[in-house]
Amino acid sequence: MIDMVVIPVFKMLVVITAVLSAVAYMVLLERKVQAWVQVRLGPMRVGPHGVLQPIADVLKLITKEDVRPASADRFLFTLAPILVVVPALIVFAVVPFGTSTTMFGKEISLYITDLDIGLLYIVSVASIGLYGLILGGWASNSKYPLLSSLRASAQIVSYEVAVTMTLVSLIVTAGSLSLVEIVKAQEAHGVWYVFIQPVAFVIFVIGALAETNRAPFDLPEAEQELVGGFHTEYSGMRFALFFLAEYTNMIVVSAVGVTMFLGGWLAPFSSVSWLAWLGLVPGWVWFSLKTFLLLSLFLWIRATLPRYRYDQLMRLGWKVLIPLALVNLAVSAVLKVLL
Amino acid sequence: MTITPGHWLALSAALFTIGLIGVLVRRNLIIIFMAIELMLNAGNIALVTFSNLHQQVSGQVFALFVIAVAAAEAAVGLGIVLALYRNKETVNIDEITVMRW
Amino acid sequence: MGTAIAFYILAALILTGGVLVITAKSAVHSVVWLVGTIIAIAALYVVQHAEFLAVIQVLVYAGGIVVLYLFVVMLVNLKRPAEAIVHPQRRERTGLLLGGALLAQFAAVAFYAFNSPQVGTAATYSARGNVEAVARALYVEYLVPFEVASVLLLVAMVGAIVLARRDA
Repeated sequence: MIDMVVIPVFKMLVVITAVLSAVAYMVLLERKVQAWVQVRLGPMRVGPHGVLQPIADVLKLITKEDVRPASADRFLFTLAPILVVVPALIVFAVVPFGTSTTMFGKEISLYITDLDIGLLYIVSVASIGLYGLILGGWASNSKYPLLSSLRASAQIVSYEVAVTMTLVSLIVTAGSLSLVEIVKAQEAHGVWYVFIQPVAFVIFVIGALAETNRAPFDLPEAEQELVGGFHTEYSGMRFALFFLAEYTNMIVVSAVGVTMFLGGWLAPFSSVSWLAWLGLVPGWVWFSLKTFLLLSLFLWIRATLPRYRYDQLMRLGWKVLIPLALVNLAVSAVLKVLL
Repeated sequence: MTITPGHWLALSAALFTIGLIGVLVRRNLIIIFMAIELMLNAGNIALVTFSNLHQQVSGQVFALFVIAVAAAEAAVGLGIVLALYRNKETVNIDEITVMRW
Repeated sequence: MGTAIAFYILAALILTGGVLVITAKSAVHSVVWLVGTIIAIAALYVVQHAEFLAVIQVLVYAGGIVVLYLFVVMLVNLKRPAEAIVHPQRRERTGLLLGGALLAQFAAVAFYAFNSPQVGTAATYSARGNVEAVARALYVEYLVPFEVASVLLLVAMVGAIVLARRDA
């Protein structure tokens, strides 16, 4: 009973709480980083240096009026934000935060479940999130959200191909679809896969930016052209769900990237003897630290690069990234057979 | 309360019938295509059931082929729908009764 | 017991979803119900120990094929209801009747099938899991059909591009 129900439920609660609070502080961090890059201070009023700003934001969003356009499709308008958030959250079921820890005399693994097909699960669940974006734009019955959702879906479908291809080349290298096994394979190899598959890592990061609709590929939310994007007509908590999903997706792709390319919970420099004490730090700390670094890269890129034009985005995806990912896949398969 | 292959096949048959009725009754070409997808899925359920019954993985492999065929069918079929919409401004099969225009 | 509960819940979801697909007024609602039905069928495959097929079902069907449907539904922006005109020779009752006849036939077959042996539970068919079993069958036993399927997809891709081109 305890092993079957209590511990998994407890793990899910911990993961969801951690992710939600991480999202809240990601928003603050993003505003702060943007501000620092532009030599401003960012939010400073709520709490010292604005550290309580997320709480104020959440309170504001909860108490706002929930407006639904009169001509909107009532059922789909309600369904869309839910369809965006749920896939983003359930991906965490297979993300390994560490190996295991002992708590109350019990050995507890630091992942909710270890599926044989974990990676395929992530890719397939992530592909469901697309529906929320398309339906949200369509159900609003308004032209800018519709344009935005068409952009978003075309962009995500295009880049999904390249990202999945890089993940396949990683599966070829690691020889497993389970995320736990992939990290263990990196431990056995003694090297993180970012050094074995650097091309795949670059394609993955670019594709991740496009799939999460982040700058410089934030065309679906290009304020200057589309007012606000597919969630223009949404307000209050429903808008907050779209917002939540966007940031959760950023954390998801960072966590997957860390697991696949940056050794997951493994400590760095494990082969350097005088840095062996780094291995004493618990695995989940390393995992969080690496995820944080990847997320910071996202914020840095947003603050630095201008937005792509739509035709440039499509050309990059179809004519550069997908061929490159295919060649990378072929090369890694050949090397796997030869070596 | 044991579930026999008969239960699975009954579900498959019911879903197939729903799809068939959809194809025969609806006039919107896109919805007819979706009803065909339902029928293909019903076939897949039966294939997976037989795969389980015979303890062989072949049924699942055939289901994969069915999915590939469904993808091909959707691509070409929806291409036809778009061409039709562009030429005749309709997706109602009752308006498409002549072979040329 | 667990299998039975899962089966009945999923069967109810699948059949409700299927009925809603063919009865929905708007094609977009139909697409949404189709997605729900497909995901429920994927869960059914998990109950039947076909995990790989379940994931492919969600990835390819729900994440690929049905998105295509949604795209087309949104592109086909009709000025009047899609099914406004009814052909005088249309016989809807005959359609329902045919469906009923088919169901009766299936029921007769299923009546005999209910007495067949129970589905085995150790259904991975190999000590090394479902993915490897499927991969071995797909790439060794059924290699030629697999290649033919890839050619079929290529042909379909070319065909779709030719059909959807504006200046064709």
